[in-house]
Amino acid sequence: MGDWMTVTEPGLCAESNNISQYTSETKMSPSSLYLQQVLCSSIPLSKNVHSFFSAFCTEENIEQSISYLDQELTTFGFPSLYEEPKSKEAKRELNIVAVLNCMNELLVLQRKNLLAQENVETQNLKLGSDMDHLQSCYAKLKEQLETSRREIIGLQERDRQLQCKNRNLHQLLKNEKDEVQKLQNIIASRATQYNHDMKRKEREYNKLKERLHQLVMNKKDKKIAMDVLNYVGRADGKRGSWRTGKTEARNEDEMYKILLNDYEYRQKQILMENAELKKVLQQMKKEMISLLSPQKKKPREREDESTGTVISDVEEDAGELSRESMWDLSCETVREQLTNSIRKQWRILKSHVEKLDNQVSKVHLEGFNDEDVISRQDHEQETEKLELEIQQCKEMIKTQQQLLQQQFATACDDDTTSLLRDCYLLEEKERLKEEWSLFKEQKKNFERERRSFTEAAIRLGLERKAFEEERASWLKQQFLNMTTFDHQNSENVKLFSAFPGSSDQDNLTVHSRPRQKKLHSVSHGSAICTSKMTKSLPASPTSDFCQTRSYVSEHSSVNVLNITPEEMKPNQVGRECSNQTWSVASRPRSQEGCYSGCSLTYTNSHVEKDDLP
Amino acid sequence: MNFSEVFKLSSLLCKFSPDGKYLASCVQYRLVVRDASTLQILQLYTCLDQVQHMEWSADSLFILCAMYKRGLVQVWSLEQPEWHCKIDEGSAGLVASCWSPDGRHILNTTEFHAPSGVTNTTCSNRRQPCLGVHLPRCSSTECLCGHKLRITVWSLCTKSVSYIKYPKACLQGITFTRDGRYMALAERRDCKDYVSILVCSDWQLLRHFDTDTQDLAGLEWAPNGCVLAVWDTCLEYKMLLYSLDGRLLSVFCAYEWSLGIKSVAWSPSSQFLAIGSYDGKVRLLNHVTWKMITEFGHPAAVNNPKTVVYKEAKKSPPLALGHLSFPPSRAGACPLTATAESRYEVASVPVSLQTLKPAADRANPRMGVGMLAFSADSYFLATRNDNVPNAIWVWDIQKLRLFVVLEQLSPVRSFQWDPQQPRLALCTGGGKVYLWSPAGCVSVQVPGEGDFLVLSLCWHPSGDSLALLSKDHFCLCFLETKEGTGAAAGLRDGHV
Repeated sequence: MGDWMTVTEPGLCAESNNISQYTSETKMSPSSLYLQQVLCSSIPLSKNVHSFFSAFCTEENIEQSISYLDQELTTFGFPSLYEEPKSKEAKRELNIVAVLNCMNELLVLQRKNLLAQENVETQNLKLGSDMDHLQSCYAKLKEQLETSRREIIGLQERDRQLQCKNRNLHQLLKNEKDEVQKLQNIIASRATQYNHDMKRKEREYNKLKERLHQLVMNKKDKKIAMDVLNYVGRADGKRGSWRTGKTEARNEDEMYKILLNDYEYRQKQILMENAELKKVLQQMKKEMISLLSPQKKKPREREDESTGTVISDVEEDAGELSRESMWDLSCETVREQLTNSIRKQWRILKSHVEKLDNQVSKVHLEGFNDEDVISRQDHEQETEKLELEIQQCKEMIKTQQQLLQQQFATACDDDTTSLLRDCYLLEEKERLKEEWSLFKEQKKNFERERRSFTEAAIRLGLERKAFEEERASWLKQQFLNMTTFDHQNSENVKLFSAFPGSSDQDNLTVHSRPRQKKLHSVSHGSAICTSKMTKSLPASPTSDFCQTRSYVSEHSSVNVLNITPEEMKPNQVGRECSNQTWSVASRPRSQEGCYSGCSLTYTNSHVEKDDLP
Repeated sequence: MNFSEVFKLSSLLCKFSPDGKYLASCVQYRLVVRDASTLQILQLYTCLDQVQHMEWSADSLFILCAMYKRGLVQVWSLEQPEWHCKIDEGSAGLVASCWSPDGRHILNTTEFHAPSGVTNTTCSNRRQPCLGVHLPRCSSTECLCGHKLRITVWSLCTKSVSYIKYPKACLQGITFTRDGRYMALAERRDCKDYVSILVCSDWQLLRHFDTDTQDLAGLEWAPNGCVLAVWDTCLEYKMLLYSLDGRLLSVFCAYEWSLGIKSVAWSPSSQFLAIGSYDGKVRLLNHVTWKMITEFGHPAAVNNPKTVVYKEAKKSPPLALGHLSFPPSRAGACPLTATAESRYEVASVPVSLQTLKPAADRANPRMGVGMLAFSADSYFLATRNDNVPNAIWVWDIQKLRLFVVLEQLSPVRSFQWDPQQPRLALCTGGGKVYLWSPAGCVSVQVPGEGDFLVLSLCWHPSGDSLALLSKDHFCLCFLETKEGTGAAAGLRDGHV
């Protein structure tokens, strides 16, 4: 039987396997996993079974298997697979209809079972997940419980500690109080002790003094006395009066008079103060009424009518009183009315102010909201406008600056140039003077040379004449000499004597040449110096200043001509520079610095001038 | 600001007459009376010994010179130089001497006087027998004992002598009202404090009452003469206020179990009573309810930016080395501050002031408000906290707040208000005098060769000049008169 039971399973198993596979594919719940595992483990088994299943019904055991099935089915309440035997002996026939019916029923049943199983499984899954959820919930709650329990314990601990502390503090406080009390008692006792001692000491002291007094006074060395030349008159000119009961009474009277006067004076002062305060109150009240009454009628008439009438009533009353007798009446009658009315009005005013405050805050809120909505565009517009304005202003400032700088530059340039010019002129003058002197010397030399030349020329002419004469004579003599030699010697000597004159001339030229050279070199030197000066000048601060200024002015001119963003940049730099210099000039201290700079440059130029000659 | 030449002086005895015409000063046993404006010597009196106390009578006609060591009082008349009066109080026992407000009586406080029996007999010979002060609880035995303190009232008009018994030996035991009608006297009898109010015209007892004090330390009339302030010893903070008729108006006690009142001052308007105490605070009482209006603390740190702090700053002396090295300075105590140049600077708030740590185990510790004075117009109150000895606080009484703090380089010796206007003069024992007014602050070096160390000063009643007193000399400092702008300018210069 058990075997057969197992035999029936495979079909189911195969099907369930399918299902399980399906389910496992769709859902990977832990339960399905479990099922799958189980199934997987059953798969090899089923294969075995299958091989066995093929062996269940063979050709040989059809009958047997049919009968077995029949038996089984009948036990399960199915109709028999066999037809009703007609006779006892007749062999039972297999009823195919019944078999088919049975099969069908079985299939239906199978399907039902499958469905049911499916349902159960899904339910199982659901329950499983529910279970999980609940379990996690449970775990969480448990944790929470644990933590809260711990918290409670902690808090309880803290509470305990605090209570402990509190108790300690209480104890301490008590101790301190006790201590203070004790100390106070001690102080008090000491004070009393001290007072007692003091009194005792004072008495002792008095006794001692008495003793001493007795000892001292027994000698009676001197008498107490007053020695006056003559008695003077009293300050008030009156005579002294005898002391009687009358004077005592008079003294009392006077004393009380003084006291009364003082009190009266003080009362007067207080009355005056009171009157003033009352006046202030009255005024305040009036102002309040005037302030409140016109507003009241507009917003809420019903409410204010009552208060208004009250006010007017009070006012009427007070008005009547205030006219004549307000100040004369003692406070008690007027005070209540006045204070009441003031209080009432104060309340009204307060509520009114509060209302106004509320309104204002509301308006503010609304206003803010509105503004927020608007501001996006307005802001931009406004900023654009402002930017434009700023631009314009900047330009304005720029032009103003330029103008100022130009003015300043020109003014400064004039000064410096005049100064420089002066310097130049001086130098030039001196140079010219020197040149002049040189020229003069040269001129003199030339004159001298010319004179010597002319002299030489005259001499030459003379010599030539002489020479001519000599030649003539020589020719004559040659003519004649054919006879004598003596004449020739004498002529040679003469020729030699003519030479020294020419050598003199040579000397002169030699002399003049170095002079010329010197002059040349001097002039050259001065030229170098001037060039040097012109070169060195730019290095000096003023020239720098001028340069920057000129630079600035150049830029400014450029600026004026065409303002393009590219040119703006260097321009701005330049302007910054100029600004700096400008600001420096504008500050009193820095101005000094500037002046000192200027003077420095001047001294520099002086130094250079000194180098010049 | 002009300075007179320097005159000799001893025991800091230099006083202007109440009418402001004369200036009396003592040099050893000589009394010199000068014209207050020209400083010419008008009279010269010779006393029997070195003068220890000197006082003008209220009408400026007489001067009293007391020689406590000899038990002598000599009185001099300005009108009649030949007139003389000598009061001999016996071999020993003269403790104090003062004028009565009428200027015709002298009150001598004596110890060890002859037994009253003897004086009574002498008195009986006189025209007006001495009734003394009839005291209700005066037993005959006490009356006869001569060892107690006694005040003898000597009259210059008549031969009468009055005795006031049992006065208390305390710092401020006698006080007269401004109008000179009444005198309040602290008494001690049988270890209990009493106050007697006497009529000055005939020395009759008006009121006599006991005060609830352990050891009465002082009493003072309000300027209007209607309220008497009585305070207890410093061991207990207690201020009692009595009416002229002896009623107790109020008792004020700020705290217990600590050192109490150190100084007391009435405002000239009688509106406030300022009480300085050992806790470094001044408490102002009002005259209506006698409750405290406000409390002025004296912390060492000034934080309120509205308060102006003038700080005396040392200027480095240019020739200090040469001066100090040769010859060595004789000033001794504080040669540096005496010679060094200094000026006021406005310090920026917050400022912390120099404080002394008082010795807690000594008597009379240097702490608490020991000096306070109202200005003549009652608008300002100047105080000194003794553990911040270099500083003077000036309080604005109208606004009840701290107005100005002056911090000096050395401890303030004394200060006094100008009797006419809100102007404070102070000295620190150096060679300078300092003036403060709401317009500013100025420090002035006292000219003259040698060191003139200003130990004390007193104003002329008109406020036009100021007597500066050193140990052995005095000089006058003339301030410009009211219409002269020099004073103001000087002040402003000092301020800058």
